[in-house]
Amino acid sequence: MDARTQEFLDQVQAGRQVETGDWMPDEYRARLIKFIEMHGNSELMGVLPERDWILRAPTLQRKLALTAKIQDEVGHCQLIYRVVEDLGKPRHQCLDDLVSGKSKFHNVFHYPTKSWGDVGVIAWLVDAAAIISQKALLKCSYAPYARVMKKVCWEESFHILHGRDTVLAMVTGTPAQFELVQEALNRWWGPLMHFHGTPIPAEEDPMYVWRIKSQGNEDARQQFLEGYVPQILELGLELPDPNLRRGDDGVWEYTEPDWDELMSVVTGHGPASQERLAFRRLSRAEVDWVAKVMLPEAA
Amino acid sequence: MIWEVFRQERKGQPFVHGGSFHAPDGAFADAYAREFYARRQESVALWIVPREAITAIEEFPDEFDLKYRRVDGYSIKERLREARERAGTASSDGAR
Amino acid sequence: MSDRARLLLELADDELILGWRNSEWTGIAPFLEEDVAFSSIAQNEIGHARALYELAARELGTDADALAFDRTLEEYRSAPLVELRRLEWARTIARHWLYETADAVRLEALKASDDPEIAGLAAKMDREETYHRIHAEMWLDRLLAAPEGRTRLEEGLRELWPYALGVLDDELRPVFVERVRARLPFELPEVEPVPRGRHEAELEELLGEMTMVRRSAPTGARW
Repeated sequence: MDARTQEFLDQVQAGRQVETGDWMPDEYRARLIKFIEMHGNSELMGVLPERDWILRAPTLQRKLALTAKIQDEVGHCQLIYRVVEDLGKPRHQCLDDLVSGKSKFHNVFHYPTKSWGDVGVIAWLVDAAAIISQKALLKCSYAPYARVMKKVCWEESFHILHGRDTVLAMVTGTPAQFELVQEALNRWWGPLMHFHGTPIPAEEDPMYVWRIKSQGNEDARQQFLEGYVPQILELGLELPDPNLRRGDDGVWEYTEPDWDELMSVVTGHGPASQERLAFRRLSRAEVDWVAKVMLPEAA
Repeated sequence: MIWEVFRQERKGQPFVHGGSFHAPDGAFADAYAREFYARRQESVALWIVPREAITAIEEFPDEFDLKYRRVDGYSIKERLREARERAGTASSDGAR
Repeated sequence: MSDRARLLLELADDELILGWRNSEWTGIAPFLEEDVAFSSIAQNEIGHARALYELAARELGTDADALAFDRTLEEYRSAPLVELRRLEWARTIARHWLYETADAVRLEALKASDDPEIAGLAAKMDREETYHRIHAEMWLDRLLAAPEGRTRLEEGLRELWPYALGVLDDELRPVFVERVRARLPFELPEVEPVPRGRHEAELEELLGEMTMVRRSAPTGARW
């Protein structure tokens, strides 16, 4: 590592904030773009499992809340891609790479949704898992991204509440409604355990080394379990992991997730990956003429 | 075009940079600014401006260290102590 | 059912179905900024529908959700224009502009109503719709100014014109026609309106999907 890069690394590790126009090592810029782009991709792909249910929402209130939640996610994608653009990668390039499979998006958005139970579980628990990561990103060394995270965290606070409220309505409803939640939870628990990534020690995670992430993966997962397992169990729901328990030292134990499965999913082999990418490709092609007419510089 | 948005959270507060977006012209920029920075009534006012209208300034020469213009250019502790001793008003524990 | 309730349901159904159609663009609109803006328009429409259903519900002794979800196909009073399934973008804008123009005429009449509740709600809706109209006009300007945009938009307007004529009754329709003719740089044909009362096939399909979760639990279940 050359001296200038080493100095930069020492500075970010000491808490320095980096702005768009600052000199930065190529490796830092490249990792930043990849990480932030994946986040933007995830917000955009996250819309797809949920938007089918806008039509099917069982009350006007739920329909409005779900539409607003998805609207927020699209808005977050916009904010996040703008950060990537200012780092040097145009938005249309991000979209090209997303639909071609060249760039990635989070595991949870590679799975199908099957019922209104999924809608509640996703809005409550997937958003909860995401917000833990996002809160850690408030301390990202790259300041423009950290600032966007502030707005994102603030807006996402209602999502979890909406999700939990949706779940609560079902678990206090008919036995069939309760079952919808339990069944959805059984399917989503695996992806939720994968969500924060492999338990790589923070010091070995390049994202942490450069202080792009300020929290190790296992730390985030423990925070999720500590916060949400009690909330799930108190509703009378069960979790499909017989080994899940809180140790006396406060550390949660669980069946080791299949990390190969995670790798396979995020590289486009999840149950809904290809279908969703195809849908994105198609819908983008359909409106391509509009973007070209309206935003020639960004299309 | 890229537009920058400055938002005021409450009357009396300064306008703070909120973010940026693409819009074909001022009319669209107005609509999008409202959506992104005020759809939850989270701002009481917005300023929007094309990015190219903004000049960024980041280099500020300070060759001769003109500290006399700043509070940290003054260190009055010693002289104050001397003045108090002379006037007989210094307190026994040396407090200010 | 009173004329008042019938009127409220007509308005509410228009806003609900159009709001539903427009919300289908959430996540897949032509570009991200527009996606967020258009989603707000859709949410506002559903919000208007809810307020209108609530007024009708008080008179009919039911609640807004029951009116929105639990009626039979024949009981919906929406205009055929709003029932057409999610159209491609140029037609979406064409429908958006045509509907907002017709709705403006309708709201002007309702703001003058003797019924204070209806006049009050119409005034509230009209204030929010100001932004919808500005949005529709902006898009019209931009698309008309681009050759590809203008071709597609013109096509869409011609195709939807008979449906648009069916939104308003004989009394209000001429004002609407006048405003459309004054605004567009091309002629629209003389055609018969597609009237309310006949439902597009797509509406039945929409209602089926719209109610599938709700119908999966007994009436009165909480969601």
